Amino acid sequence: MPQFLLELFSEEIPARMQKRAAEDLKKLLMDALTKAGFLPGGMETFSAPRRLVAVVEGLPERTADVREERKGPKVDAPAQAIEGFLRGAGLTDIAQARVVSDSKKGDFYVADLVKPGRATPDALADIVPDIIRNFPWPKSMRWGEGTLRWVRPLHRILAVFDCEIVPFEVDGIASCNFSEGHRFHGTGLFEVKDFEDYEAKLSAAHVVLDRDQRKAQIKADAQTLCHARNLELIDDEGLLEEVCGLVDEPHVIMGDMDPSFLDLPPEVIRLTLRVNQKYFVVRDPKTGGLAPHFIIVSNVKATDGGKKIALGNARVLAARLNDARYFWDLDRKACLESRVPKLDTLVFHEKLGSVGDKVRRIVALAGEIAPLVGADVASAKHAALLAKADLTTEMVGEFPELQGVMGRYYQLQQGGSEASNKIIADAIRDHYKPVGPSDQVPSESVAMAVALADKLDTLTGFFAIGEKPTGSGDPYALRRAALGVIRIVRNLGKLLTLSSKLAFSTAQVTIALHNQTIQFKSAAVSIDEAKVPLLAQRALDYEEHLNSSVSVSASIGEIGVGRGLAHEEQQLVITIWVIYTEVRDFILERLRVSLRDEGFAPDVLEAAFAIPDDDIVRIVARVTALAKVLKTEDGANLVAGLKRGANILRAEEKKDGAAAQGDVTASRLAEPAERGLHDALLAAEAQMEQALAAEQFDAAMGALAGLRAPVDLFFENVLVNDADAAIRQNRLALLVKLRAVSERVADFSKLAGG
Amino acid sequence: MRPRLLQAGPLALYAQIVMTQFIAPQAAPRETPCSRALAAGKVPSFQDIILTLSDYWARQGCVILQPYDTEVGAGTLHPATTLRALGPKPWRAAYVQPSRRPKDGRYGENPNRLGHYYQYQVILKPNPPNLQELYLNSLYEIGIDPTLHDIRFVEDDWENPTVGAWGLGWEIWCDGMEVSQFTYFQQVGGLDCKPVSGELTYGLERLAMYVQGVENVYDLDFNGLGVSYGDVFLENERQQSTFNFEESDPAMLKRWFEDAERMCTHLRDKRLPLPAFDWALKCSHLFNLLDARGVVSPTERQSFIARVRDQAKGCAVLWAETQTPAQEEAV
Repeated sequence: MPQFLLELFSEEIPARMQKRAAEDLKKLLMDALTKAGFLPGGMETFSAPRRLVAVVEGLPERTADVREERKGPKVDAPAQAIEGFLRGAGLTDIAQARVVSDSKKGDFYVADLVKPGRATPDALADIVPDIIRNFPWPKSMRWGEGTLRWVRPLHRILAVFDCEIVPFEVDGIASCNFSEGHRFHGTGLFEVKDFEDYEAKLSAAHVVLDRDQRKAQIKADAQTLCHARNLELIDDEGLLEEVCGLVDEPHVIMGDMDPSFLDLPPEVIRLTLRVNQKYFVVRDPKTGGLAPHFIIVSNVKATDGGKKIALGNARVLAARLNDARYFWDLDRKACLESRVPKLDTLVFHEKLGSVGDKVRRIVALAGEIAPLVGADVASAKHAALLAKADLTTEMVGEFPELQGVMGRYYQLQQGGSEASNKIIADAIRDHYKPVGPSDQVPSESVAMAVALADKLDTLTGFFAIGEKPTGSGDPYALRRAALGVIRIVRNLGKLLTLSSKLAFSTAQVTIALHNQTIQFKSAAVSIDEAKVPLLAQRALDYEEHLNSSVSVSASIGEIGVGRGLAHEEQQLVITIWVIYTEVRDFILERLRVSLRDEGFAPDVLEAAFAIPDDDIVRIVARVTALAKVLKTEDGANLVAGLKRGANILRAEEKKDGAAAQGDVTASRLAEPAERGLHDALLAAEAQMEQALAAEQFDAAMGALAGLRAPVDLFFENVLVNDADAAIRQNRLALLVKLRAVSERVADFSKLAGG
Repeated sequence: MRPRLLQAGPLALYAQIVMTQFIAPQAAPRETPCSRALAAGKVPSFQDIILTLSDYWARQGCVILQPYDTEVGAGTLHPATTLRALGPKPWRAAYVQPSRRPKDGRYGENPNRLGHYYQYQVILKPNPPNLQELYLNSLYEIGIDPTLHDIRFVEDDWENPTVGAWGLGWEIWCDGMEVSQFTYFQQVGGLDCKPVSGELTYGLERLAMYVQGVENVYDLDFNGLGVSYGDVFLENERQQSTFNFEESDPAMLKRWFEDAERMCTHLRDKRLPLPAFDWALKCSHLFNLLDARGVVSPTERQSFIARVRDQAKGCAVLWAETQTPAQEEAV
């Protein structure tokens, strides 16, 4: 079966886009071919620096004819109807139609229509230009006088079907059967018959079409070079992906650097090599440290064996590393502590003030969090104070990726060698963690305190200025910050009263924002920062008040929460409450999403999250216990019983037009089954109380699951809707109690099934 | 090198096929300062490189301009590039442009950083289809043989928010060193460039350091007759750095900024985009001086940049209006 070969030849495609482009081309071509009625036998796509290529195997010479039967009117239908039928079916005479007899409907006409298939090149000539015009490049451009958009100027389109050119034109570029190879090592244009011919000629013209092959070649050659000199290549998949998109034919060369550079921090050397220069880093297996060599992947097979290339690259690298050394020496002249005041000139965010402002907030918050994570308060505050100081260093100015890492080095150099200083230094580095899902969380308590403080401050700050993540964007990486908080707390495994820390953090941010804006409003009064704990506490009180009180109409001044506060402070209490609850909901939503990703069923999460709680560890324990008990027979059956009870309650409450309430009167319980349930409920309640106090959710769930038998018995033997209103009321009260007890651990009505 | 046109076979039916294969010229098309130096076994001097580039781009139909006579931070800001990139008229120009970056001054103590340096700037509108090959040939003429060196086109999206301009292209690496920027202009002043211009910016000092093999910019051989780059510019770097960082008068600079801004607005009101653009450039330079002096707070900084942007964009838009055929007829 014939083959179709397509090559889109352009100027250099950005390395990071090539892989995806080949995948997109495959998908678009496959979709379009399928839609046009083809069933391609196979398709492969390739990407190299200057080309996107697709080869489709097993295409027919034309698409199959499509046959269709069109039913017409009855034979005795009016002439108009028959004429209409002829027109619609494209017939000239009714004799061209068949007559079909049907016992019920009588005789009617049927036209046999044949939609002839298309020649494959014709179909391809429609499909390919369309794909080119609508190709999903992340960024595309125009060039010259044309209107076509491509990632960089598109020069040629090779389109060959069954050894013949598929003729079409896109914005002045006509399809052809020519290609060319390597820019510097090729031999000019060549004609192409089919893929086999193409690959062979490309290879002769120094282009390795398959990116995996280029990658493998780079890796193998680099390892060979290293082995020959008893060195070890440090694998770097990300860099490999990038450099294989920068070369048509890789030529791996080893360059040498002055060994005296090795006294720079290894992170600095590695970053300079890989980010600025795209070199692979080499290790000396004897020392375990970096070796004074590097691996260049050149696109050119130089006539001098690459000597000039290696030398040139070594010179560029030396200039870069000299810069780095200059920064390293300069930075070490000032201690981190002396840099802290400079943070006031560094903007964190236009509305949220300087990094210095942020550091002052983190210091206070880290002091609040420290006892909860088992950290020394003074150490946590000191580490927080220094955490961002390296942002003013030249090295971090040059390599922002090294924030924290450099701070640690500078602190180790200047702060002395005792263990307490190492803890501070490590915390400076680790407080940014976890940076991504695969990054580790800080495990040392001081680092944890600073990491949590930094993240909570970022979250509350951006929420306070209305910069919340949206479906499409999260420019301040708040989801990542929330996940960081969740992972650190889960890893710690201890309870952290999230609400109170969030309220404290929010109070700091909102007071700062308030004091900032009053500069422009002469009438307003600034609020003393010493009031942070007080206003935070009042905001917490306010939430409690709202939760416990039936009427919320009372103004804040009247309810005690606002006692002794100025009007503006009262306003602020409400603002703090609004923001910290919002941030808390945001964090808990991230927790729910990550638990779902871990495999917990959505309805289990729904049921567990319905219980108001702000403690990450406790919520996870509750979810885990609930999922576990639902897997037991008792648990699963109990859900059915609880749901049945809830349904009855709902129906009766609707009938009464009021919520069922009141206590159960034990003396009115007549049936053994209802007495049984009542006794069991009291016992289970006591057990659960104890278990919950000890945070033992498995035990609490177990106590609840033990209600299964009495609940089943109750529904089998007792009619709730008794004629005697008092008895009915008492039984409803029993169901209310059952619901209340079960809701201590989860909202079972949210569970599916049962 | 001119694109090779393929006349044979079925291709002739369709279109010209551009070949991108680099083929080193058998002999230099004509004698240039660089070819003379290379033939004599010497490295080309700094001015050899400039003269050769001008010679080369003149052969490609460029008008060879002299530097713009107002301080700019980059060669792109020369009206011959920023403004001429707009409108439908074809345009080819090349020139050296001194770029002033007060903040980058290092009192002549850093071997790679300068507060005043040269860019060689080329604009071809519309970009010819073989612009990459033209560029590689220019490197060949100044002594960089692409078959001996690793030349790469590495993705670089260019953006200059102060004139509302952006384009796509590459940085060009020679053995790991960035020696040029190559950009296809997409928008200037927020307006689409139709046709698209191709812009080349050579970092002349870097390129010369590479060609001459020197590690310190001040050691560059300027004229091949014993004058070094340091002889010409070292004292200038020292004094200008002192001015930029210590002696400039912030109050005066702020005043001048406001005056320049007012003048720019006035000239725009009078629909005179060319002089207006000069004053927008002055605003930009005055801001750069203030910034180097360290007297611009972060909030002020944002507002300064926005003010320069509004003026420069306004000039570009006005210029574009004068370039449309309809306007010409009306005039």
